[in-house]
Amino acid sequence: MTKPEGTVSKPGSSKEYKTGAWRTKRPIFKLLKCNDCRICVAVCPDGVVFGTNKKYWADLDYCKGCGICAEECPMKDIEMIVEVK
Amino acid sequence: MKKVIEGSMAVAEAVKVCRPHVISAYPITPQTHIVENLSQFVADEELKAEFVNVESEFGAASVVLGASATGARAYSATTAQGLLLMVEVLFNIAGLRLPVVITCTNRAVSAPINIWNDQQDAMTIRDSGWIMLFAEDNQEAADMHLQAFKIGEHPEIMLPVMVNMDGFILTHAFEPIELLDQKVADEFLPPYKPELYLTTKNPLTFGILAEPDWYMETRYRLQKAIEASSDMIEEVADQFKKTFGRYQGGLVEKYRLDGAETVIVSMGSVVGTIKEVADELRDKGKKIGVLKIRAFRPFPKEAIYDALKNVKNVIVMEKAISLGATGILYDEIKAALYGRPNQPKVSGFIAGLGGRDIPKESIVKVIKKGETSEVDNLFVDLKEHLIGGK
Repeated sequence: MTKPEGTVSKPGSSKEYKTGAWRTKRPIFKLLKCNDCRICVAVCPDGVVFGTNKKYWADLDYCKGCGICAEECPMKDIEMIVEVK
Repeated sequence: MKKVIEGSMAVAEAVKVCRPHVISAYPITPQTHIVENLSQFVADEELKAEFVNVESEFGAASVVLGASATGARAYSATTAQGLLLMVEVLFNIAGLRLPVVITCTNRAVSAPINIWNDQQDAMTIRDSGWIMLFAEDNQEAADMHLQAFKIGEHPEIMLPVMVNMDGFILTHAFEPIELLDQKVADEFLPPYKPELYLTTKNPLTFGILAEPDWYMETRYRLQKAIEASSDMIEEVADQFKKTFGRYQGGLVEKYRLDGAETVIVSMGSVVGTIKEVADELRDKGKKIGVLKIRAFRPFPKEAIYDALKNVKNVIVMEKAISLGATGILYDEIKAALYGRPNQPKVSGFIAGLGGRDIPKESIVKVIKKGETSEVDNLFVDLKEHLIGGK
């Protein structure tokens, strides 16, 4: 009961926290004008934008929908849309 | 062996026999002599420890947090502004259940800047999950450190402990001190061997993110652990008595409570003066007793009720105040007695802030006031001409 369990865990536990649930807007990678500059990959604060050869996507399990990728995309090829269920 | 030494030296000697692996501190009056002496022990190889000099108290607290997480016995000391700078880390140390020991040489907090004694600084961390002990004299302060590590490191407790001693009044006073024998101390306090600690051989994460699904239970466990430490504080005080022959009380110390009608409750060095006043008044036939709060966290509600239930007047005298509310100890003593049978009348007095002397005459005046009326927040010995009065 009083032992310090709950404060210590195995490494990599953050993978279990699906922070995508915090999101209100999701990025849509339109892939129409992509020039492979990879800025979206570089600027993602959570490191969850992946891809190569003009095909890019965000891991929606973890993407919090901050919109930095869309803001920084020089081709304006990423759109943030409100997530509705 | 008894030696006349400064309180800070007595604490440094006591910490030395606890064999800490890591000490980190930033010098601040009136704590300086403690860590100065310890760093000298390390430099002279009298103590095999890593002494980490840091840029601030925030750094010092962070170093002992990290060290403790790797399974090291870690120690620091600070006071007042230094303690305030540590606060964020101190909450983390408790939350991470790391049995660090810190000495707080109690001192007033700014502003206005004042380096002298009161106990306002320690009150800042009363809600953090630290066990908080208050020493009355230097022997008790020294002995408390050995007890502190033993209490905190118990596998069922695993909590940090703050040993409080009044700045200057204790830290800079020379008193005859019975030094702790290293061999006996080693038997009393075996090496620290935590179940979980950071090592590359078995990687673990300390301080994980706890989502709303987890956080409350972790805090509940913390509350249960600090509650459970009540018994441990008593047990360790008893063990200490068996081993070293000295007993300064467990959670509280009851002094001349037999048949007492009026009891003064306080913490720290002023208890010594209050005991003297009680002796003098007892000689005159007045039924006065003293209750020393030795453990402020966990707050010993039951021990307090037990000691005060048949008393007429309770007088709480403290060197701190929750500004905008009342004296903190006063508030909690009242809460411990509230709604229970034979509840005494409780009065609260704020005294000795910023090093203001508390002479015996003031204590006698406080007793008279507490016996004839019921007051809260009464500041003792205010200088009327400095507060706009005549």
